[in-house]
Amino acid sequence: MSKKKVATIWMDGCSGCHMSFLDMDHRLLDLADLIEIVHSPFVDHKDFPPEVDVTLVEGAVSSDEDYEKIVKVRSRTKILVAMGDCAVSANVPAMRNRFAPKALSEAIYLAPNMTHRQVPSQGVPTLLPRVRPVHEVVKVDVFVPGCPPSNDTLFYVLSELVQGRMPDLSDKTRFGA
Amino acid sequence: MSRVVTLKINDQDVSGREDESILQVARENGIEIPTLCYVEGLSAVGACRLCLVEVVGVARLLPACATRVSEGMEVNTESERLQRYRRMIVELLFSEGNHICSVCVSNGHCELQDMAVKLRLDHIGMPYRFPVRHVDASHPRFGFDPNRCILCTRCVRVCDEIEGAHTWDVMGRGIASQLITDMHTPWGESETCTSCGKCVQICPTGALFVKGKSVAEMTKRPEFLPYLTMMRNRKSMS
Repeated sequence: MSKKKVATIWMDGCSGCHMSFLDMDHRLLDLADLIEIVHSPFVDHKDFPPEVDVTLVEGAVSSDEDYEKIVKVRSRTKILVAMGDCAVSANVPAMRNRFAPKALSEAIYLAPNMTHRQVPSQGVPTLLPRVRPVHEVVKVDVFVPGCPPSNDTLFYVLSELVQGRMPDLSDKTRFGA
Repeated sequence: MSRVVTLKINDQDVSGREDESILQVARENGIEIPTLCYVEGLSAVGACRLCLVEVVGVARLLPACATRVSEGMEVNTESERLQRYRRMIVELLFSEGNHICSVCVSNGHCELQDMAVKLRLDHIGMPYRFPVRHVDASHPRFGFDPNRCILCTRCVRVCDEIEGAHTWDVMGRGIASQLITDMHTPWGESETCTSCGKCVQICPTGALFVKGKSVAEMTKRPEFLPYLTMMRNRKSMS
């Protein structure tokens, strides 16, 4: 059996879901026989490769960069997994939704305690008016709530998916878990 | 003395007093109907709509908590349609407020969160509204976070019916409905609030909490209500 191509991406999140992924510890070695990580924040690989079997998505869609990224990832992925509450519900990143992006940037970058009080105009992605969960932007195949989902949950999800089964998560995780 | 009536719930023959609700008779017979606004010992208002059931011969759905049983009634509580509606109701509750479980005082001890698990919700299909709602932290001991409020009105009822203070009420209509204290003045300035904390303990979510509790630290203790109800019944019987 050829190895399944697995990718992970990180948008507006805290990297906690990726930490939980790494917390699979030695079980990552078991998975290593079945999967090949083709793209990830852990991997130095610039462009997202074509024909990926499973992509784990951490984070909500918050900026124009996130938006372009998730649209491209979706078109190149067979099974898209919303990993964790930010991807599933927009979670904590969505707490900025009550503020206009401009007011937000100014409140942060022009704050009195900033050394160089200037709103950056290049090199940082433009914020979308609202942070949105992944499924409001592209089709999601598997939802894994949790903040973060436990390493057991992520191991179960990945094990099922690489063996061609859809995971049943109803008793394994929840919003905020 | 109330008459005893017989009826069918999910094709099971059951009996109950005619002054009981479908929900009460169902629970007495081990038939589970999900609820969020209903609490034994307070009046039933049918606010959350989770307990909607089908009654043969009635075209519309009826709230089990606020519908009395009657002789020969045939009730269905588990149809595919009802399960779909229940999930839809909980999805609407999640999308209407700002229920950010991961940073909520009630994370892990929340009836709304538990209901999502029970109904096997892994995401919310409706677009989130992300409303702007302001926390009232003016009370010295308690806080009110309307972002987590599902308008079940348990606090309104316990304050009125048990404590007798009627500090809480609902202002506005439809999507603009919101909880208020007194005449929409800060809770801390309330002249009617006795600071008894019953509203906090009966609240199903993290909308009402004890100050100083951090994420996942707020466990509610609603056990006072069955006790008070029992003592009241005893007093009225003697």
